[in-house]
Amino acid sequence: MSYGPWVITLLLTWPLLSGLIVLFVPTRLAKQVALAASLIEFAISVPLWWAFVPSGGMQFMVDLPWIPAWGIHYTVGLDGISLFLVLLTTFLMPLSVLGSWSYITKRENGFYALLLVLTTGMIGVFVSLDLFLFYVMWEVMLIPMYFIIGVWGGENRLYAAIKFFIYTFFGSLLMLVAILVLYLHTGRATGIYSFSYAHLLTQIGTLGPAAWWLFAAFFLAFAIKVPLFPLHTWLPDAHVEAPTAGSVILAGILLKMGTYGFLRFAVPFFPGVALNQVVQLVIVGLALIGIIYGGLVAMVQPDFKKLIAYSSVAHLGFVVLGIWALTLQSVQGALLVMINHGISTGALFFLVGMIYERRHSRLIAAYGGLARVVPLFSAILTVVSLSSIALPGTNGFVGEFLVLLGSFRTYPVITALATTGVIVAAMYLLTALQRVIYNPLTHHENEKLTDLSARELAVLVPLLVCILWLGIYPKPFLRRMEPSARQLIEQVRPGGTQGEPPFVTANEGGGSQQ
Amino acid sequence: MRLDPSVYRDLLLSILPELVMTGWALVLLLFVAWRHKTTRDLRIAGWLTLAALASTAIAIWWLWWNHTEIEGLAAMIAADDFRWVADWVLLGGAALTVLISFFYLEREQLLAPEYYVLLLLATLGAMVMAAGSDLMVIFLGLELMSVAVYVLAGFDRRRARSAEAALKYFLLGAFASGFLLYGIALVYGATATTNLALIGAQVSIGGSSIMLLIGLALLIVGFGFKVAAVPFHMWAPDVYDGAPTPVTAFMATAVKAAAFAALLRLLNSAFAGVPAWHDILWWLAAITMVGGNLFALGQRSLKRMLAYSSVAHAGYLLVAVTSGGPEGSSAFLVYAVAYTMMSLGAFAVLSAKGRGGESDVLIDDLAGLAGKRPWLAFAMAVCMLSLLGFPGTAGFIGKWYILIAATSAGQDILAAILVLTSVVSAGYYLPVIMAMYMKPEPIEAAHVDVLLDRWARAAVTAVVVGLLLFGVWPNRLFELARTAGASIQRPTTTTTTALPPTPTH
Repeated sequence: MSYGPWVITLLLTWPLLSGLIVLFVPTRLAKQVALAASLIEFAISVPLWWAFVPSGGMQFMVDLPWIPAWGIHYTVGLDGISLFLVLLTTFLMPLSVLGSWSYITKRENGFYALLLVLTTGMIGVFVSLDLFLFYVMWEVMLIPMYFIIGVWGGENRLYAAIKFFIYTFFGSLLMLVAILVLYLHTGRATGIYSFSYAHLLTQIGTLGPAAWWLFAAFFLAFAIKVPLFPLHTWLPDAHVEAPTAGSVILAGILLKMGTYGFLRFAVPFFPGVALNQVVQLVIVGLALIGIIYGGLVAMVQPDFKKLIAYSSVAHLGFVVLGIWALTLQSVQGALLVMINHGISTGALFFLVGMIYERRHSRLIAAYGGLARVVPLFSAILTVVSLSSIALPGTNGFVGEFLVLLGSFRTYPVITALATTGVIVAAMYLLTALQRVIYNPLTHHENEKLTDLSARELAVLVPLLVCILWLGIYPKPFLRRMEPSARQLIEQVRPGGTQGEPPFVTANEGGGSQQ
Repeated sequence: MRLDPSVYRDLLLSILPELVMTGWALVLLLFVAWRHKTTRDLRIAGWLTLAALASTAIAIWWLWWNHTEIEGLAAMIAADDFRWVADWVLLGGAALTVLISFFYLEREQLLAPEYYVLLLLATLGAMVMAAGSDLMVIFLGLELMSVAVYVLAGFDRRRARSAEAALKYFLLGAFASGFLLYGIALVYGATATTNLALIGAQVSIGGSSIMLLIGLALLIVGFGFKVAAVPFHMWAPDVYDGAPTPVTAFMATAVKAAAFAALLRLLNSAFAGVPAWHDILWWLAAITMVGGNLFALGQRSLKRMLAYSSVAHAGYLLVAVTSGGPEGSSAFLVYAVAYTMMSLGAFAVLSAKGRGGESDVLIDDLAGLAGKRPWLAFAMAVCMLSLLGFPGTAGFIGKWYILIAATSAGQDILAAILVLTSVVSAGYYLPVIMAMYMKPEPIEAAHVDVLLDRWARAAVTAVVVGLLLFGVWPNRLFELARTAGASIQRPTTTTTTALPPTPTH
């Protein structure tokens, strides 16, 4: 059978199935089976990279009736926006399993089974092209994450877990009502009651003042997930309490669901509201506050994990800025930042988790002078931190540079202010780096630390490769994103991409090598 | 099959399920008069009850299969799909109650097989309520059901709380019946009939008078008591808390569903021409959802929490009623199916944990249950998520249908209140899951005696399978509910000549 539409369905069912298997294998085999399952999942998804034709439409579509009485279909498909998020998901999952190898010591079957079920939920969110299916997937991935934080988390895990759950649940239920109103509205107008994304998008018509409420409901659901200031307070709690794999997935993929939701639903459905001057200014302003505030708060964190958590707020601020600037460059930049953040922040969380396993402390003050004791660890931490700061040559630079470049034409002042966010990032991460790796070795407990094991290197090396690849040669990524990004912008603002250079020929990758 | 109620045979056919049930109840009554000493007698009585429920369900199925309809307009009893589906829900609730009663009665030493007779009679009353298309028949069913449930609530007569529950329920129930009867009297005074269809015809021709409106308000108050809607809910937590747990489960599901079925029929066929009830129920639904959820949030006892949660769910069901139309009725049926299952499942697990009425089981007492009793904890988790309305479970499908009904009736604000209060409900359903999965056992042997016998396990398994199945593939349930919901409001094609003369004032 050729590589075709079945692949998405397989990507959705395989983790669910293997999750069930993991639940019932002997405990000592649980992680091996889970690793094998997630590697198979990755292997299934990799050919998508080549099979995907860079064009604007949806590919690998499947459309089957599910609950025909209400026009609910099982409709899935991929375009240039969701492709990379799916690949990022399948890429991070084996690493997460491997990264939890010795970290998770109790109820292993349950943990790995939940990780696999979570994979289904996350991929489902990115591939759903039916709003009912999307909503179901959006909620379904909540439960495994809730358990992962609540059962295997740190001291204050119960509080963090319920906060995470209720914040997300609150937003998504309002979105549910908005989806229903949208469904009934288009159904009454066209006579066809359907939750299909394409149908709703093309037939949405004029909503009148209702569009404001509907947009607000969608926006709130996604803004909580992103999280946009001031809805971000669940994030530091969840990140700090979650086990390493939980933090990696939370930062790497779950946060992207919010920005993905903006791109896929909130902006295209309600362009009239999303492009309203005041709305734009408010949202971009909140993104800017997120960038600066996230960075400043990160600067004073004594806890390394919390520092990374707040840096996520800042990074996601760039994504929101790029999306709302709505130029080809800024949208592609936002997509790249989404991927980069998954890789760099994921790597940072892995590194913190590894050192925590050895020392059982996440406080920055508990370390110092590690460069001499664990050189390999220190080297990798340095590279990853630099990529998170967006140093030219690393992935972080390409994404944030494109966002700033693209946004400058739309919002010169705000973009100029956002640029200071990059400087703030350098301040908090370099300070932390110095205090952890370089200062004199004052804590004697640190003298006996062991350097990275082969397993830990196996987790980090793929991430390092991606950091450099995306930093030096992002063209394959940009080429696949461009048609979809262009289509999205044209959909929202007809003629919005005219006069923009086709990106892939631009020299932005090489430009970083000054 | 068309039945002519003026012919004896047809009249009997139209109440065939009730007749079958009555016959079984009498047989069972004779049996327990003769054998009521040992636990074996109790078991046999339980099995006979299940046989009674099954044969009644078959009788209903037969009538449903033959598309039974009643000719003419002014029948005392309705024969439509809504009645059959509502009956199945009631019978299902009763059957699950029987299954969890087996071990419970023996464990709590409630060795009186009359329990099952009362349960059958209560179910019979509930069925009469769902069937009645005349105010007097509805009232008859209500009293039959209530009197049986009063006794059941106080069945654990050695415990003071159980007696308290029975007395409280009786006093307030009698009070509510008074409201209801007075409302019936006023409606009769205004329209000179107690038949729902005739009232509807009168209203559509003559409009509504003040007397009719007061009558309607009193009827709603009476039903408000029965379904435990805020602010008529005060009795519910104490009664639910004090009654033996299987009885509580029965009260929270079948009794509530029957009252709602009667209310739906009443409002849709008799008062379709009086839009005032939409406004009254709008407020009732809103404060019931807000109140029920907020009160439940403060509970530490699991049983009281479930009691308040059933108040909250009455609010969700009221949204379906308020929305009106065939959508509202179908949504009610779907939600009733889901709610009956998830609520009974939760009470079943609770009855496994507790002793002596379970009123002292705190939510935190479930700590660490997942480690010792993984399947039981899983079942409870599914029930909690379903009560929360989480996708993948029947509770979500039910809530979804109610939301559709509400938004398509233009009740967007009510829909928003529903989802917002659902978020609040996460604040008390999740701690149950948290306790079971995320907290350690307080002492080593905390859950040694948490056991269900095989029949209760079968009931819980059926509930979990049903919840997950309907959560993923609800198509058949929808079809059934759709036709049933539409059947309740057949357009009345009457002429004035069929009406009794209007009373002269």
